[in-house]
Amino acid sequence: MAFRSAVITFPGSNCDRDMADALEKVSGQAPHRVWHGDADLPEGLDFIALPGGFSYGDYLRCGAIASRSPVMQAVIAAANRGVPVLGVCNGFQVLTESGLLPGALLRNSGIRFVCRDAPLMVENAQSLFTAGYAQGERISFPVAHHDGNYYADAETLDRLEGEGRVALRYAEDLNGSARRIAGVLNAAGNVLGMMPHPERAIEPEQGGSDGRRLFESALRGLVGA
Amino acid sequence: MKVRVSVSLKNGVLDPQGRAIQHSLEGLGFGGVKDVRAGRLIELEVDESVSDADLDEMCKKLLANMVIENYRIERVAA
Repeated sequence: MAFRSAVITFPGSNCDRDMADALEKVSGQAPHRVWHGDADLPEGLDFIALPGGFSYGDYLRCGAIASRSPVMQAVIAAANRGVPVLGVCNGFQVLTESGLLPGALLRNSGIRFVCRDAPLMVENAQSLFTAGYAQGERISFPVAHHDGNYYADAETLDRLEGEGRVALRYAEDLNGSARRIAGVLNAAGNVLGMMPHPERAIEPEQGGSDGRRLFESALRGLVGA
Repeated sequence: MKVRVSVSLKNGVLDPQGRAIQHSLEGLGFGGVKDVRAGRLIELEVDESVSDADLDEMCKKLLANMVIENYRIERVAA
């Protein structure tokens, strides 16, 4: 069956090929590659991925310029129509900057760029993206970021927790993130932003394959594969 | 006309960069620095026709992230 996905590339994206590769490996179908300046997305998309990297050199704020690019207006409209959107690392920053997800990503509390495998806990195993995991399951994805310190005010954090919108949590303090939040869902559950890289954990050769189930979950949820 | 926009982190938002600067100042032997907050200064050269409301919109839509930052707009005499 058809699974129409798209990977958006901004100037400075550097995980777009990994993301496209992961989507193709899991779905058997190569995603559309969409450039930031495109005003329109391909018709009938089932899934949109915003990859990691350093869009626009992280100028102004990470993800700020990308979130105002032409293609993002189409992504925001698609997300509001219910099309699933996954933002990883810089893609997460683009999602918060665009207002599709609450909060913001600040400089890591320890100042340093963090590049390592991150132990994670699946906090909500019922979302489109995480249904393939067990509730509370410990998994590991690589992280590589300088600005992954999730911030939102206490009221917003309470709401996210209460509504089951904290999808993933770091099993240990990694970057100073409020309540060790690693991944957040929107209210409708069709937008997930996360700092860790599931697309870098698809096959054992990459050091782990825990990320594969995230894409498989979405695929199964969308086309019943 | 020149416009200066100062963007700073809201109170209560942790500023690791400010803290690193503070530690570095201490390391250089400067005493008495109680806190450091790092912000961003953006200077715009604008036509006279650009209104205060326009500038406010620019800040809200792009120059500042209202989740974590405050901004101050200052028109500077040419």
